[in-house]
Amino acid sequence: MLHSKLITLVPLLPFAVFLITGLFGRKYLKNFSGILGTLGLFVTFIISIYTAYEYFFVQGRDANGIFQQIIAFKYTWLEFSPGLSIDMGIILDPISIMMIVVVTFISLMVHIYSMGYMKGEERYATYFSFLSLFTFSMLGLVLACNIFQIYIFWELVGLSSFLLIGYYYDKPSAVAAAKKAFIVTRFADLGFLIGILILAFYSHTLDFQTLIERFTNHSEFYTAVTAASFMGVSALTWGLVLVFIGGAGKSAMFPLHVWLPDAMEGPTPVSALIHAATMVVAGVFLVARLFPVFSLSCPPALDVVTYVGIFSSLFAAIIACTQTDIKRVLAYSTMSQIGFMMFALGVSGYGAEHGLGYMASMFHLFTHAMFKALLFLGAGAVIHFIHSNEMKDMGGLKKAMPITHITFLIACLAIAGIPPFAGFFSKEEILAAAFENNKFVFVLAIITAGITAFYMFRLYFNIFWSTKAKDNHSNASHGEGSKTMLVPLCILALCAIFVGFIPFGHFVSSDGKILSTEFHLLFSIGPVLIAVLGIALATLLYKKENPKADRISKTMGLFYNAAYKKFYIDEIYLFVTQKIVFNLIGRPAAWIDKNIVDASINLSATLTEKLAETIRPIQSGKLQQYAVYFFGGILGFALLFIYFWKN
Amino acid sequence: MIEIGIAQLLVVSTALFFIGVYGFLTRRNMVTMLMSIELILNAVNINFIAFNKYLFPHKLDGLFFTIIIITIAAAEAAVAIAIIINLYRKYKSIDVEDANSMRF
Repeated sequence: MLHSKLITLVPLLPFAVFLITGLFGRKYLKNFSGILGTLGLFVTFIISIYTAYEYFFVQGRDANGIFQQIIAFKYTWLEFSPGLSIDMGIILDPISIMMIVVVTFISLMVHIYSMGYMKGEERYATYFSFLSLFTFSMLGLVLACNIFQIYIFWELVGLSSFLLIGYYYDKPSAVAAAKKAFIVTRFADLGFLIGILILAFYSHTLDFQTLIERFTNHSEFYTAVTAASFMGVSALTWGLVLVFIGGAGKSAMFPLHVWLPDAMEGPTPVSALIHAATMVVAGVFLVARLFPVFSLSCPPALDVVTYVGIFSSLFAAIIACTQTDIKRVLAYSTMSQIGFMMFALGVSGYGAEHGLGYMASMFHLFTHAMFKALLFLGAGAVIHFIHSNEMKDMGGLKKAMPITHITFLIACLAIAGIPPFAGFFSKEEILAAAFENNKFVFVLAIITAGITAFYMFRLYFNIFWSTKAKDNHSNASHGEGSKTMLVPLCILALCAIFVGFIPFGHFVSSDGKILSTEFHLLFSIGPVLIAVLGIALATLLYKKENPKADRISKTMGLFYNAAYKKFYIDEIYLFVTQKIVFNLIGRPAAWIDKNIVDASINLSATLTEKLAETIRPIQSGKLQQYAVYFFGGILGFALLFIYFWKN
Repeated sequence: MIEIGIAQLLVVSTALFFIGVYGFLTRRNMVTMLMSIELILNAVNINFIAFNKYLFPHKLDGLFFTIIIITIAAAEAAVAIAIIINLYRKYKSIDVEDANSMRF
């Protein structure tokens, strides 16, 4: 049996570490807070692994061959009416277990790495307390049993992301990036909240299990929600699409992706943890959590997921080819890979063989977390070495940083989908799912896969091969980085090689039954060839410094420029917010606020002041004057009294 | 020879009252102001006695009030003089105009 008390420690332990390092870190713990955070997370990781083992192997499947959803812990926090309540709880099912393993593992790696990377920072303890806060919120999010609980942790995750992006708060660009991330995701969360309210209004519950059950079976609730419609679209579709908008905001789907590249202003390990491996997949997780509703009751909403996913994927891949800041390249690649996960969910059906896309999406989430964290940590090591994010400052580092070089190469091969690395297996299944359900999406996906291979190797060759940049020698003395930075790289590299062999369908599938995937050699040839083609092209253009790449970008002209400027999405946002929203709504609102609202308050204040000025001299401090008033008053009363007493 | 009746007594008491009020409002010396208050109180006493004697000769209520007022006046004088002494210590003066710090 599962130790349900033990599992509550998973989110609570990082929270305790957050409180301790947050409150006492700067003054008393100092450098010890890094070790404390890492230790706390190590224990959490062990518990997660243990829970996963208990859940999958000891507890196992029930009589129907399904992994049960277990509510390990539930506490009613706020009850509106019987059945409709906000609970704080822990739900255990294959995807939440998979997520806690991923989150704790990546977070542990990042903690270890950070001890080396952040050494000597002034706000070292604060940094670790923020990391713990983030881990706590992310674990709370994935374990949530109630849609409102997920929303609460969703916001907490956004907050910790904001804090960590703005970690270098004396850098204006970091402050701007933090604000941008917070506002954009917050704006998307508005959609999420409205979606929650719509779903809760029709299902009369906030509980995930009940909600899914009511909307997938043909119950009275289902009839009500499909009968109600707004602008020709049923309330269920509206609710799910709005929830997906929240997910798209967090997962950086077009057009809400603008915050993600800027979020790279944060420390690199943070980018690895939050903006590559864990938080940004929250949107995918949310769709997966509600997947039965999407799939069984509302195919139109699922189509939205598909097309937003595939478009973001291709869009981001094209931009990634032109960027010169290595972290931005990785950011766009993250966006592209999350697009893969999204459309994999979109093309998936529910149950048995049709659920391939769902499984593939979760699998890709799992493998992507490994190799993308590795890529970011590798990039962090390079940045630590060079003290620059720009490609032009790099080149020829393969001698100076052998371990980073090898691990980075492994990660690039994994993301490009070369067998036998992890990315190959998951991407293969995504493509297979797309091939079966939607040929159009499949074609776009395979093009994107080729571009992915190209830009990843463009990055790789620009960093480690090419020509040696001039001022590298001066930095070469301080070595590749401390052990704490290299060990996580090696562990993650091992994972990036081997996790692909996990028979993922045995653990996670849309309906909980075993989904065994066959390996079609013929089908795999195409995608691998495309990937190899991409790599070959990158080798040709970037292995040695040569003018070919520049010449190609010149001939591409306008298109290249547009991609380099990220297709002007930021400019469009600026135009809409500054020119339209500020001028047409902001300024009139400010005028009304200043001249009507404030003015009426000011008027009452001024009137009071004037009146006070007038009557102030009465309080003269002269006793006899008061006596005159007193006698005058008595006299007045007496006269009144006499006048009215007559009759 | 005019018979002294209630009217004469009331004239005296009214005169006494207004002399007291006048003194209270015009004198700056606090001791004089205290004396003016005594005048006002005594005007009231005369009123009580007069009404008691001429209107309700078989009752003693007015007499009792008068006695109480005299007692109270004594206590009041004690308190007032204590206040005056304290003010004197603070301002080195018993002029009421000087003690004007309780103003806007």
